[in-house]
Formats: sequence, C-alpha cells, structure tokens
Amino acid sequence: MSTTQILFWFLSILAIFSAIMVVASKNPIHSVLWLIAVFFAISGHYILLNAQFLAIVNLIVYAGAIMVLFLFVIMLMNLNADTEPQKNKWLKIAGVIAGGALLLVFVAALKNADLKSQIAQVNKGDIGLISNLGFALFHDYVAPFEISSVLFLSAMIGAVVIGKKE
Amino acid sequence: MPINYYIFLSVTLFCIGVTGVLTRRNAIIIFMCIELMLNAVNLLLIAFSKMHHLALAAVDANAGINAQIFVFFIMVVAAAEVSVGLAIIVMMYRNTHSVDVNFLNRLKH
Repeated sequence: MSTTQILFWFLSILAIFSAIMVVASKNPIHSVLWLIAVFFAISGHYILLNAQFLAIVNLIVYAGAIMVLFLFVIMLMNLNADTEPQKNKWLKIAGVIAGGALLLVFVAALKNADLKSQIAQVNKGDIGLISNLGFALFHDYVAPFEISSVLFLSAMIGAVVIGKKE
Repeated sequence: MPINYYIFLSVTLFCIGVTGVLTRRNAIIIFMCIELMLNAVNLLLIAFSKMHHLALAAVDANAGINAQIFVFFIMVVAAAEVSVGLAIIVMMYRNTHSVDVNFLNRLKH
C-alpha cells in the first residue's frame, strides 16, 4: 500500500467520521468545529488530486471565512448551550432511514457501473496549478468572473437589507 | 486512485448531509449540512476533472480544467449564499427568539 493510498483512506475516514459528528453532536459549536475538520479532510483530498489552488481556496473561503461567520452567528444568538428542545424520536429515526435508503439507492445504482478502468490521476497533472487555472480564468472565463462580482454586491446588499432593524 | 472510491466517498458525504437536513431542527445545523453536500459535489467534480485529464492528456494538455473553474465558481456562489442565509437566520431569530425550524409553521394555519 503506497503512501498515497494510506493518505486517501486516512482522509476519507476522517471526512466521513467528522461528517457524522457534525450531524450527531448536540452542541452547535462542536458541529462547526467538526465541519472544519471535514473541510480540512476535503482540502487534503484536493492536494492529493494535485488541485492545489482549490485546496487553498477551500481552506481560506470555507474553513476560514464561512465557518467564522457561522461561529459568529452562534455566538450572537448565545446558542452554545444545548437549546434544541426534546423532539419526536420517530421523526429522527425516519430521517436516518430515509438518508440511508438514499445512500442504498446510490450505491446500488453505481455498484455495477462500468468505471473500473477509469482512474483519477493523483499526485500528477498540472491543471490544478494556479498558473494554468489563472490563465483559464482570465482568458476564457472573464465574463463569469466579472459577473460574480455583481453577485457578491447583490448578496452584500441583500444581507444588509435583511439584517437591518426596521 | 480508481474513480469508484471518490464516487462512493462523495455519495456517502452527500447522504450524511441529507440525513442531517432531515433529522436536525436547528436552522444553523441544517445550513451546515447543506454546505457539507456542496462540498461532496465539489470533491466529485474535481475527481472527475482529474479522470478526464488523464484520459485526454495526450489530446489536450488542459483537458478537465473547466471542472476546476466550475468548482471555483461554486465556491463563489456558496460564499454569497451563506451570507444571505445567515442574515435570514438572524432575522428569524429576532422574530421568534429561536432557530428551531418547527416554529416556522405559520403558513400551515
């Protein structure tokens, strides 16, 4: 078993365990911290796939900015105690069964797919490097890049308008 | 790495996110599970981009770069979505003094 395979399995198990803990933990602060662990594991996968730019962007945008925003909102609402009221147990079991059934459907549909010969290239290939991605972004995708700034502006105005006290 | 492994990993993460949305009632945790599903899809897109790159590297040196640009734009949209969504959750907390989504059943009556 090569180092790449060991890293793949380690990161996969870390991601799945942390994702389960996101759903299972009672305290919202713990959920946020476990979600940061999931994002670190997924960034590790990106580095394994040699998509280094997206790994760093994932860390900065998701684990850095978005999760701090979540922590900030939880702190502002003083939700760090377990404030979720007692709920219907059957509803929870039904949710778990529905999610498991969806997983079962996906696995059953993909189990016999003819993908055995398809290999995802790891450790090699330079399409994920910042020079190539930057060239493609500012050469072929300039218009979407500029339009995304309008999207950010509208999101900012929307957040201010929604959050404003009337 | 065979692409199967990445597909099953992404499907598992996605289904954990779906389960979280179905079982939890805290609006912030539901939102975090949606982020988890987005990340599962991003991981699958990058795995497919590297698969495509390996298959077509001899023809086109930049094959598969579109998927990575696409993931970049998904991250851009997700950042905008999170800011608006958290503003909505804050507004909901201000009106109901709770983030339990079951309090939001006024349309039922």
